[in-house]
Amino acid sequence: MNAVIDLRDIHTTYHTGDVDVHAVRGVSLEIKPGEFVAIMGASGSGKSTLMNLLGCLDRPTRGSYLLDGMDVSKLDRDELADIRNQKIGFVFQGFNLLSRTSALENVELPMLYVHRRPGGREQRELAVQALETVGLADRSDHHPNQLSGGQQQRVAIARALVNRPALLLADEPTGNLDTQTSMEIMGVFQKLNEQGITLIMVTHELDIARYTRRMIVMRDGRVVTDAPVTQRFMAEEELRHLREAQQAVQLAP
Amino acid sequence: MRRILATIKMALRALRRNKLRTVLTMLGMIIGVAAVIAMVGIGNGAKSQVEAQIASLGQNVILVFSGSMSRAGVRSGWGGAPTLTIEDADAIQRETPGVTVTSPEVRTFTQTAAGNENWYTQVMGESADYFTIRQWPIVSGASFTEQDVRSANKVAVVGQTVAQTLYGSEDPVGQIIRIKNAPFIIMGVLYPKGLSVSGQDQDDVVVIPYTSAMKRLMGVTTVRTIVVQAASPAQIEATQSQIIQLLRQRHRITPDKEEDFTVRNQQEIADAATQTTKTMTWLLASIACVSLLVGGIGIMNIMLVSVTERTREIGIRMAVGARGNDILLQFLTEAVTLSVIGGAIGIGCGMGVSKFISVRFHWPTLTPVVWIGAAFVVSAAVGIFFGFYPARKASQLDPIDALRYE
Repeated sequence: MNAVIDLRDIHTTYHTGDVDVHAVRGVSLEIKPGEFVAIMGASGSGKSTLMNLLGCLDRPTRGSYLLDGMDVSKLDRDELADIRNQKIGFVFQGFNLLSRTSALENVELPMLYVHRRPGGREQRELAVQALETVGLADRSDHHPNQLSGGQQQRVAIARALVNRPALLLADEPTGNLDTQTSMEIMGVFQKLNEQGITLIMVTHELDIARYTRRMIVMRDGRVVTDAPVTQRFMAEEELRHLREAQQAVQLAP
Repeated sequence: MRRILATIKMALRALRRNKLRTVLTMLGMIIGVAAVIAMVGIGNGAKSQVEAQIASLGQNVILVFSGSMSRAGVRSGWGGAPTLTIEDADAIQRETPGVTVTSPEVRTFTQTAAGNENWYTQVMGESADYFTIRQWPIVSGASFTEQDVRSANKVAVVGQTVAQTLYGSEDPVGQIIRIKNAPFIIMGVLYPKGLSVSGQDQDDVVVIPYTSAMKRLMGVTTVRTIVVQAASPAQIEATQSQIIQLLRQRHRITPDKEEDFTVRNQQEIADAATQTTKTMTWLLASIACVSLLVGGIGIMNIMLVSVTERTREIGIRMAVGARGNDILLQFLTEAVTLSVIGGAIGIGCGMGVSKFISVRFHWPTLTPVVWIGAAFVVSAAVGIFFGFYPARKASQLDPIDALRYE
């Protein structure tokens, strides 16, 4: 099967003032469809830069990037925008929903920028479907400020899914959530991954990374570890443990 | 098309989010456009009024003034030097083929009285044809006759204001009016004409035979003006030059000398008068344009604030696939929506102001449809012009920076 992501010797250099920051120094990486990958690393390790590159928000200074078989490393701004629209779904740490806009309309947002736009009704149906996938169909008319953090992140996931992208990118998706909600969100990801969706997640929490299937650790702009996850956490199981523990606390005198 | 509608819907929603700000920004446009529309309305009303006034001078009228226009050095203006005589008027009547009728004219201001009332008013000495030339009908009684003119009879026709002031509700016809203590018999009352362009009461007048005025009131032998009516508009110019030739001859003016009289036709007078109102209109309109400019700057200002405030939103939109142009269009649409709605309200307000002025101050106002269309187009243009920079700024944001923006 063709790789969803094929990075070959990627370098990225930023010019901040007089100093050249060499954020990514030669990363080669291949991710196959249906994988669930965690990219880990301390701050300054280059993982955010790599994430921006993978998400087509930025272009590498050197090297080639094939996304879904297509070389995207030389595309211009508009072409990158189209690639983001068609092939990539983003989930952010801060949810990044449009405030004062209903959940449904937030999910419809990526469809506004599709070239051959579906009709208004079809658009609505697709958005509702995406909300159903994350279990939030009953909240579709709620505004972000009426939703909990976990619910907001589910809306964001629905938005990322609505254009049926080849790849879902999550940047610290649990960073603003409590433990239980984090588990729930990881559960959603695991379920999506079982349905065949390719997921890449940046995180600095080992606990969260252990819900994925493959772990990549970066340091100083290079990949230092790339290994399958052993002793993988399954969200459902972990949630059950957590509930039992909570019950035990409540039952205790 | 659907895309544009969706963008407009999006813009309206964004504008609704900050109602007070939107209204205040629009206010700039509203005031600007309303000012333009009101000014144009007033200016055009004034222009049409002037035109109507000039037309009420009569048809195909040529005026011969004594004295010449000041040219080099000091010259007395129209009517400054008494050079025209009754004989000149007769000669024009007799020897110029295109002329139908003439009326020598003298004017003076003097005290008039009737019974216990008295009134300071303008007394005009005219021929019996004057009322025909000016198309000024007599509503009660009759005009004086040519016989009255020949005999310098003490007869008069009075304007509405004089009639009302001196006689109240009584019918003045047949009554005595004392002009400079000389008793005149009132033959008729003129149709009310209202105010002139310069705000003068045209009905505040007593018209008597020019002979009576010259001999009995003023003791002069020259006339101020000769009012000439040409047979048709086509003959005005030819007649005008014939009159000039004739008078030069009669006044023995050698070709190297300036004329001691001035001939003007109605169109020239109309042009001069409308020129003033036109200048006024442009002046007012340019002041109004300045306020439109200020309104536009207000829009630009608020759009810049809006772009900064919504940097993160722009980042989100870009992340999910909005191109630079999508963002540009979104903000441009917002600015144009703002300015066009403001403009539309402004047009309404401006017409309201026009209406109010015409009702309250009896000033005629006229708003041509072209100007309404133009105001609409201009407000859209203001939106595009002043919205472009902020929109472009938004469209050029880097998605990574925009997403990170707090």
